[in-house]
Amino acid sequence: MDSDRVRKLEARCIEEQPPACMATCPLHVDMRAILEKVKKGDFSGAFALYARMVPFPGIVGHICDHPCEATCRRQEAGGAIRIAAVERALVEESYATLRRTAQRQSKPKRVAVVGAGLAGLTAAFDLAMKGHRITVLEADAHPLERLYHDYDEDILPRSVIAAEIGALQTLGVEIRVRSRVAGGPGPLGLDTLIDDFDAVLLALGPGVARNFSSTVRLTDNGRIDIDPNSRATSHPKVFGGGFHGALGEVYSPIGSIRDGRRAAGSIDRFLQGASLTAKRDDADGEASCLYVNTAAQEAVPPVEPVDTAAGYTLEEAKAEAARCFPCHCQECVKACVFLAHYKTYPKRAVREIHNNLSIIMGNRKANRMIDSCSLCGLCETVCPTDLAMGDVCLEARREMVDSGHMPASHHDFALRDMEDSRSARAAFARHEPGRERSARVFFPGCQLTASAPGHVERVYAHLRDRLEGGVGLMVDCCGAPAHWSGRTALHTEVVDHLRQTWKEMGEPEIVTACATCLTMLRTHLSEAPVRSLWPLLAEIGWPEGTDARAAGKTLAIHDPCTGRHEREVHVAVRDLAARLGASVREISSAELTTCCGFGGLVSFANPDVANATVDARAAERPEDYLTYCAMCRDNFARRGKRSAHLLDLAFPPEDGADPAARPDPGFSGRRDNRARLKIRLLRNLWGEDMSDPESVWNVHIPDDVRADMERKLILVDEVTAVIADAETTGRKLKDRKTGHLIATLRSGPVTTWVEYENTETGALVHKAYGHRMNVEAKS
Amino acid sequence: MSVPVPPEVPVPDTDDLICARCDVPLRMGKVQASYMGQTFPVELPVCPSCGFVYVSEDLAAGRMLKVEQALEDK
Ligand code: SF4
Ligand code: SF4
Ligand SMILES: [Zn+2]
Repeated sequence: MDSDRVRKLEARCIEEQPPACMATCPLHVDMRAILEKVKKGDFSGAFALYARMVPFPGIVGHICDHPCEATCRRQEAGGAIRIAAVERALVEESYATLRRTAQRQSKPKRVAVVGAGLAGLTAAFDLAMKGHRITVLEADAHPLERLYHDYDEDILPRSVIAAEIGALQTLGVEIRVRSRVAGGPGPLGLDTLIDDFDAVLLALGPGVARNFSSTVRLTDNGRIDIDPNSRATSHPKVFGGGFHGALGEVYSPIGSIRDGRRAAGSIDRFLQGASLTAKRDDADGEASCLYVNTAAQEAVPPVEPVDTAAGYTLEEAKAEAARCFPCHCQECVKACVFLAHYKTYPKRAVREIHNNLSIIMGNRKANRMIDSCSLCGLCETVCPTDLAMGDVCLEARREMVDSGHMPASHHDFALRDMEDSRSARAAFARHEPGRERSARVFFPGCQLTASAPGHVERVYAHLRDRLEGGVGLMVDCCGAPAHWSGRTALHTEVVDHLRQTWKEMGEPEIVTACATCLTMLRTHLSEAPVRSLWPLLAEIGWPEGTDARAAGKTLAIHDPCTGRHEREVHVAVRDLAARLGASVREISSAELTTCCGFGGLVSFANPDVANATVDARAAERPEDYLTYCAMCRDNFARRGKRSAHLLDLAFPPEDGADPAARPDPGFSGRRDNRARLKIRLLRNLWGEDMSDPESVWNVHIPDDVRADMERKLILVDEVTAVIADAETTGRKLKDRKTGHLIATLRSGPVTTWVEYENTETGALVHKAYGHRMNVEAKS
Repeated sequence: MSVPVPPEVPVPDTDDLICARCDVPLRMGKVQASYMGQTFPVELPVCPSCGFVYVSEDLAAGRMLKVEQALEDK
């Protein structure tokens, strides 16, 4: 992943975009954060955030013309947040806590500000906070004269204005009233100011400025010509700020403050000899592109103050603040247990993954995170900009494998299981008995064969019965584990082998029972015609005598994540269930289905995330679940959620057992089922005999020990091999107290330990565990 | 690559364990633990006669697992 691609991916996720209120606020006040604090009753914390951005919080809190409210997204669900009203309550509560200290400048500069309106005083404030020495020259008798005319005492108390001016003077700003600055030289002439000060700000307010025309360029209508962004004039030491009454300009107090702030920013840059334009972040924000799912929000009307004139009480302000959503996208995080588990969102996760891949020395802390994504495609389905975390994680896995940094333990077991399912123990391909060619080949996949081998036999018989042209059988693995684990070379090997077999079969149409096989083969064996079993079954119908086998059953349907976009399959499966008499409820729409925990091999790399994923899904509906992926079914069963495969409904157990209560066969059971299915099919259909490698060792494993082995990914075969080795070589320990025997055997990358005792009927296993580290006595 | 800290092996109660083949009690002895090309010396219960090394489940699922994972994430 090169940094260019990382930047593009990061840019796709809009979660860190400012919310609408902040983007619209001329000072970019972080109202979302402030409202969060107000909501919790933390007024002083909220006020501190507010005062960090707002130069005169007392004044602004009373008179702001609040352009933010016009864009607040709450208006789509009950009405915009009354932001200004909350601000007023906040300021009235906490203004007294305001403390400000200016920075120290070793060489403070002197700046003259002409005009003590909001723009001029904002610039004076900002520059004084930077440690400069400011002199304000005002023609009128008071600073902020305009506010006295524009606002009544009950809107803007005079004491508030006085307090703000006092605070400004405490910062060292000198305000000289009745000091009208004229053009040209002379004691209060602009040219003299330019000579005496390091910079001059003309914050004149509305009106023409002809008398300055000898020093700065004017516009056609006699106003000072000011660059709207940098507030520069034609004279390098002179800047312009505030409302000038130019054409089309509408007076806005907060707009004047913004102008003053921009001018101060430029003056500070000028004083440091820096560029006025480079890397400025105070330009007018573009409209917020943060996605907010307002449709999912219940409409709540604004809080009306009981006393309109007095405004919100603190309780009312809290209640109003609580209406702020707050705006976030996080659509994927709400949908994905993995992202929620890591308390992250793609923009941040992509950066972490990139950093992880770039580490040369030190710990790669995100390895497990990268391997905890189920690659299920839900995030890109819900993301407004289609960002696919699965693609990012898969790409990262491939890089980790290629650079030798993929932790071996994460996927080792799954890959060994794939090896078993592809081995001669389980895999084979044949034409229909008695035929030389196959128009179609049934590809049940390694999970249905492992979970419910009997279903494979019945479906295959049914397909042979109903379809012309020969239906071959291809029992194999589609290679998903190799793909998901980032093992590109291994995956290519698997696909090449499948292609070879498919060609030898005469290039038949492949009919898959598993949604993962369908996607994998379609994508990687693209020259082969591949289709799903379910629409085909819907066409040919269930075998005779199956109708109404599920009558009276109500189930909630879970679609496999790898088939979330297979509309045709969704329809066929629901139709097939209905034909069996079952009533089917939806959990979510098929497109928004979640993973069962197996996808992306998460259950091996991060069982906690996998379990949380399947548990969250299981909790969505109380009904038994209906699945048509063997892995989904077994994962629900493993976590105690009653669930039936569609084929369990069509072919219920002959002994009348409850199909939704079928236990998960477990990893050893899966391997056994696959091996036995091959033996059975070859013998019954093709008359071929395969020797059944029955173990000569009788090993008893109690259920609790077996469940513990499942969690630890230890197979019965491995335990048997340890005992066989110990009993043949005598290499074992004996616990004198309990009489238990302890034996061990290293096979491949793992060492397995078994604690057992010999009984009359064989070895009774008490415990099994393993490790990857190799230990040897020093000789 | 920095050298990882060798695992601090908790001493299991070996008093009850005897090597079945040699019929002698285990004794703490020097052992080589290795993973991913890294080797470090540890003290573990060993059969003094045939060198059978005992790894308890606590060790396998505790310190040993931690070191394995730390090495995998290097
Ligand atoms: S859905 Fe997720 S990835 Fe997409 S923009 Fe929102 S937070 Fe970012
Ligand atoms: S809902 Fe809250 S965060 Fe969103 S725009 Fe309105 S005030 Fe801002
Ligand atoms: Zn010994």
